[in-house]
Amino acid sequence: MRNYLRTVITVVWKDIVGEARNKEILTSMLVFSLLVILIFNFALDLDVQAQESVTAGVIWVTFTFAGTLGVNRSMASEREGGCLDGLLLVPVDRSALYVGKALGNLLFLLVIEVIILPIYSVLFNVNMLVPGFLLVVLLGSIGYIAVGTLLAAMSVQARTRDILLPILLFPLTIPILIPAVKASIGYLEGYPGSWIMTWLNVIIVYDLIFTAIAVMLFEYVVEEWS
Amino acid sequence: MIRVRNLRKRFGHKRVLSGLDFQVEKGELVALLGPNGSGKTTLLRILSSLSRPDGGEVLVGGYQLPQEADWVRERLGFVSHQPLLYGDLTAEENLWFYGRLYNVSDYRQRAANVLDMVGLQRCGADLVRTFSRGMVQRLALGRSLLHEPQILLFDEPHTGLDQDSVRMLNDVLLHMSEQGRIVVVTSHDLAQVANLASRFDVLSRGKIVASVKEEKIDLDRLLMFYREAVRLRGGERL
Repeated sequence: MRNYLRTVITVVWKDIVGEARNKEILTSMLVFSLLVILIFNFALDLDVQAQESVTAGVIWVTFTFAGTLGVNRSMASEREGGCLDGLLLVPVDRSALYVGKALGNLLFLLVIEVIILPIYSVLFNVNMLVPGFLLVVLLGSIGYIAVGTLLAAMSVQARTRDILLPILLFPLTIPILIPAVKASIGYLEGYPGSWIMTWLNVIIVYDLIFTAIAVMLFEYVVEEWS
Repeated sequence: MIRVRNLRKRFGHKRVLSGLDFQVEKGELVALLGPNGSGKTTLLRILSSLSRPDGGEVLVGGYQLPQEADWVRERLGFVSHQPLLYGDLTAEENLWFYGRLYNVSDYRQRAANVLDMVGLQRCGADLVRTFSRGMVQRLALGRSLLHEPQILLFDEPHTGLDQDSVRMLNDVLLHMSEQGRIVVVTSHDLAQVANLASRFDVLSRGKIVASVKEEKIDLDRLLMFYREAVRLRGGERL
């Protein structure tokens, strides 16, 4: 267990130090997210009530695309210089490598969310500092990154990885995006707690099942079996 | 020791290794020679556990591949065509990263020793992306030695190195071999390995077609042996 944790922490440390130097992942995610919410702000010239009703959708569209950019770039950095081979030569549990990469990706997405949510609040005049809504954002991001990291590891070897990743990722994450949008609407528009809990439970179950599947499958995705 | 029996590997319809037999004993320094596409890299990738064979038996350090890959990985150092290093980390940070993953005790001190060994002690705090090709190759060598492996596999390690770096690399490999470690080096530049290896195996069309055991072999003699092996037994030209 100690070795497992050390591997996870080492991989996260490496991703943070590398990102602190080149800022490639955070810059591309942030610029893209800002563009999306600005375009929506100009395109949806709405009254206050209508703005509230589209907020959850716009926010999740923004985080979904930003997250896809992030996991793709993060895994591409492992491909450069053959670093993925370097990781596979190390005698450690492959799932620890996955958990380390996924935690790094989640951290980058959370940083973007912390920056984007206040900006969105100002632009759309919507109060987003609702604890329940922030919990939905956190849980939704966990599920999305869990699946995204696995699929990015799968698609990174392909020449068409930039197209392949969204094609694989979006259908598989629909089961978490729909409840995330519904639960977000519930919190932002003050729906009854029981209605929100139904969607929140779906997100939690998705997180548990898909994270477990990703942990188990990562070894088969990154190692050469053919 | 390394023991390979009847090793087979295909990529699609292309047969890369076809019933290859290969054995290396403790303390041997073997140069694996062969033309491009003869299967040298594929063989090393299988021995390093990065690739899976289609058939045959592979024993590395007494452990069977791919079933006992983790045991092999602990005892193996591998230098491939690519450096396996992160450009946005410094040389030291790259070694610390791998040192922690290999569970090297006092990995910072070991990293400093390794940097000293490969002549990069003054560049430890520099980002790898600022290194020249030769410096990257030196650091890749250091990375492969970090956990003091018993088996060393080097795929074309002389590529891109200047004369001083080649001498340093050869000195390190000879030192490792003298310590009783297994060293396998692939090359298609015979001049680089003539004074290095104690055995020369020629790989052609997925098989070892000839082998000669001789220390400090004369380059002309090695060249003649290699050409004959490839032409007569492999049916290919140099």
